[in-house]
Amino acid sequence: MGNKQTTFTDEQLEAYQDCTFFTCKEILRLHSRYRELAPHLVPLDYTNNPDIKVPLTLIITMPELKENPFRERIVETFSEDGQGNLSFNDFVDMFSALCETSPRELKTIYAFKIYDFNRDNFICKEDLQKTLNKLTKGELTPEEVALVCDKAIEEADLDGDSKLSFSDFENMISKAPDFLSNFHIRI
Amino acid sequence: RPAAKRGGAKGRGRGADEDEDDEDEEEDEAPRGRRKKKPTKKRRDASDDEDDSEDETPKKKRGGAANKKKGGKAQDSDEEDSDVGKGKKRKKGGGKKGGKEEEDSKGKKGGAKGKDKGKDKDDDKDMKKKKKKKKDESSHSDDEEEESLSEGEMARLKEEVEEKKKLIANIRNKPWRMKRRLMHLKEAQTFVDKFEGALGKGKGRKWYAYKVMMTKKWIKFQRDFENFRTACIPWESRIKEVESHFGSSVASYFIFLRWMYGMNLVLFGFTFGLVVIPEVLMGLPYGSVPRKTVPRAEQPTAQDYSVLMDFQGYCKYSVMFYGYYNDQRTIGLLKFRLPLSYLMVGIGTFGYSLMVVIRTMAKNADVGGGDGDEGEFTFSWKMFTSWDYLIGNAETADNKYASITTSFKESIVDEQENQKDENIHLRRFLRVLANFLIICSLGGSGYLIYFVVKRSQEFATRDDLSWYEKNEVEIIMSLLGLLCPPLFETIAELEDYHPRIALKWQLGRIFALFLGNLYTFLFALFDEVNTKLEQEQAIKNSSIWAMKEYYANYSRLVNDSEATPPPMDPADVIRGPCWETAVGIEFVKLTVSDIQVTYLTILIGDFARAVIVRFLNYCWCWDLEAGFPSYGEFDISGNVLGLVFNQGMIWMGAFYAPGLVGINVLRLLSSMYYQCWAVMATNVPHERVFKASKSNNFYMGLLLLILFLSLLPVVYTIMTLPPSFDCGPFSGKAKMFDVIMETIDLDLPAFMGTIFSYAANPGLIIPAVLLMVWFSYSIIFIYLFIFWPTISIAFCVQARDEEKNRRNNTDSTNQVMKDLEDLLPNRSLIPLAPPPEPEKIPEPQAKPTKTKPGSAGKGVNLEKDVALASTNPNTRGPVSRPPGPRGPGSMAGPGGGQGRGRGRGPPLR
Repeated sequence: MGNKQTTFTDEQLEAYQDCTFFTCKEILRLHSRYRELAPHLVPLDYTNNPDIKVPLTLIITMPELKENPFRERIVETFSEDGQGNLSFNDFVDMFSALCETSPRELKTIYAFKIYDFNRDNFICKEDLQKTLNKLTKGELTPEEVALVCDKAIEEADLDGDSKLSFSDFENMISKAPDFLSNFHIRI
Repeated sequence: RPAAKRGGAKGRGRGADEDEDDEDEEEDEAPRGRRKKKPTKKRRDASDDEDDSEDETPKKKRGGAANKKKGGKAQDSDEEDSDVGKGKKRKKGGGKKGGKEEEDSKGKKGGAKGKDKGKDKDDDKDMKKKKKKKKDESSHSDDEEEESLSEGEMARLKEEVEEKKKLIANIRNKPWRMKRRLMHLKEAQTFVDKFEGALGKGKGRKWYAYKVMMTKKWIKFQRDFENFRTACIPWESRIKEVESHFGSSVASYFIFLRWMYGMNLVLFGFTFGLVVIPEVLMGLPYGSVPRKTVPRAEQPTAQDYSVLMDFQGYCKYSVMFYGYYNDQRTIGLLKFRLPLSYLMVGIGTFGYSLMVVIRTMAKNADVGGGDGDEGEFTFSWKMFTSWDYLIGNAETADNKYASITTSFKESIVDEQENQKDENIHLRRFLRVLANFLIICSLGGSGYLIYFVVKRSQEFATRDDLSWYEKNEVEIIMSLLGLLCPPLFETIAELEDYHPRIALKWQLGRIFALFLGNLYTFLFALFDEVNTKLEQEQAIKNSSIWAMKEYYANYSRLVNDSEATPPPMDPADVIRGPCWETAVGIEFVKLTVSDIQVTYLTILIGDFARAVIVRFLNYCWCWDLEAGFPSYGEFDISGNVLGLVFNQGMIWMGAFYAPGLVGINVLRLLSSMYYQCWAVMATNVPHERVFKASKSNNFYMGLLLLILFLSLLPVVYTIMTLPPSFDCGPFSGKAKMFDVIMETIDLDLPAFMGTIFSYAANPGLIIPAVLLMVWFSYSIIFIYLFIFWPTISIAFCVQARDEEKNRRNNTDSTNQVMKDLEDLLPNRSLIPLAPPPEPEKIPEPQAKPTKTKPGSAGKGVNLEKDVALASTNPNTRGPVSRPPGPRGPGSMAGPGGGQGRGRGRGPPLR
């Protein structure tokens, strides 16, 4: 609740707190961050749920995202239209899923979505190659990339269809030591 | 029978349209709920995992009854439609006045119904309401059937309300779009609001309504409190800044530091609130008794800076140390039992720390992921979990890219050269050699400390000491702590381990070094304490002798045996050595010198180095920044271990020097700011990928170990050694814990004393209490750490097997996939891959009939997910969720929500 003008009604704040892992203060901070991205677009007053979307190009300029090799994918995953335009709801959703307190299961689901570049519900070799190239900035030779992708699929693929389904992915990630500590963004 | 009943209900309800709708909704649930039980089995057989069929079967069963119904048409339509219809209904209801009232009345039913007889308001609306309610009531009490029905209805409704509540509690864990989440939340909340009041019955109703209200208030309060608490957590932005510069591993140190600060703050509160401040406010002032006075011989130098820096002089006779406290049983007007409080705080410190550490560990274990076997998923993990999403700094990001690339290349090389194994004998020899060297240096450092402490005891009897000789112990210990870790690192080069394993070895070795040093120090200290105890006996006698002599002299001089002599000046009384204070001083000195060394190391090792590298680089013959000295990296393991050992010293020393806790709080506070500054100003991000896997619990484990190791000597001294005869709160008693006995004897009624004396040997009470705390927590702990993993491993194996069995079974109907599909944006926008057929109905025989949807193929991992996604997996069982088209029950039940989400066209949004 701002000093002069209310950004959200109490009800909205309560609802957001129920639906996310944030406290009241954090939601207001998120709103101000969201507004900073496009001050002319986003109104201060959100009590009547305006339908406003901020495009991907603006979102990825956030310092939290700008160094992330998967920034476009993250934003696309969380945007409702799949194009990377985020409404405030999506925006909150994104940081809620990536925040420290969100559970491993939820993070796994979203991680799967993020790494599934072509959105076919499987992480196939193509997706792996893209991931790898983004991670290493294309420093590996094509042979190396192919080798790594083959190896990764060989390791994690349980049902032998040479692509990773969600259960394969989940099985693999649930044993990963660094997943939780690394897959989070503090806002 | 239900049909007939409904007929009756309908007849009554015909009066008002809207009313009837609502009523029907309610009434309707019950018969369905009851009927459900019958078809359960059949349905189980027939149904596969789809909600659809679940819906279908009972619908058919309803047959004529359903057709009769006004809302019958809604039943035939899809659930989705029913929802829409419902929404409309709602809206309609909201629009019309009567409908609104109805809603209101329903909402308040619990309260209103209870009191509707008593209160009569002349308000028109209320009258109307009441009429309606009476109608309701009458309809309920009309016949026997009605009654029994409403009971079943109650139970069912209650169940449903519980489910909704669970949904509300867990909604944030669902992988839904925010819009959908908000919508479901709203629905669930209105549902709960509406029907919660209707639960409970008869006289219990009022109470129930009250309870519901209180629960709501409590939840609200909890949330506000949580908001307040998070607002109180300090240094959030500071840590975030570090995090974005250095990634999560460095930040984990600062988070640990903050946690330590919090814990120490509580300890500080206990110690100062219950011991130090009462003594200062209510105890005797300085100079009143011998133990609170600097002896005459020391007085000239008692204020010298060098003396104070050694914690002698006025420092020694201050509230900071054990010896200052008086053995009066009660002090002040409040009759505060200081000695008892002193002992309790001493023990409570350990109890509290134990509790907090174990609880934090259990919490971390909850969250912390699997430990994973090395090498099982090398590449996949590198691929999917190596990027640290916290990084927000370009330089760090570049470093990260480079290190990830390197690690990939390394893995590739490893993979390619996995087969050939060069000279294993040489490597083995080198590893043995390295371990030998390290054991030698550990032994050497242990001996050095023992030697130095022994020597310092010799020095203690002499006066002509240089500064170095006085502080030899501390200097040597700090130097060892400073020099040995790099030495170990150098030796570890010989071993040629994988970096992560090397890090573990390194940590283990440093830990052993610190521990060895600490314990050598302790043993030497015990030697000293024993000699002091021997001295004490002699001094005690001579002190009594001196006292007698003084009085004898006085009466001889004054020559008046009647006059009472004035008491002896407290400064002149002969003192015992007071070993407790001596031990306390040792610990305080050690802590302070540790602080100094740490800060100086940062100042010289990091800051001075950074300044030199930065500015001399302009006029130097090689590139200092990229070449040899370069900037320092933040040494996470060293810093964490330093912190842990410092805490161990605090725990050990706090009993003998209550002021130590205050010093420690100051140290942690300043080190937060200082190290934050230092790391931001002078350090560069790590070049290697630092795997701080599960590090938090690893550090906590170290802390727990240290806690036990520091518990031992303190408890040993409390239990076995006699306290000094002339200083401290326990003086004059045979053992320190006699204080407890004394309290039992004097303060509690006599029979309690007898009970206690029968029940327990007082010497056993303290260890028993500590053991109890320890056991209760370790049970949780063991459960979490040992049993849970084995269980989950068992399930994993099973899951894997099942998975392999189903290799060719492509059915992908599980909850998570559905949710995933939900998350897919509008399919028309997807460039690639045609959308997978959303409704793949698996062959029924592929699964055991009783398996819940989703869990069938995926074993535990998925089951967890399902449980998470649907709050209560049973929701989708037939009992609790009616398939009917309308009624709030079908609206947003967790099951209903998912049912809708299952790829029947775009989900509601």
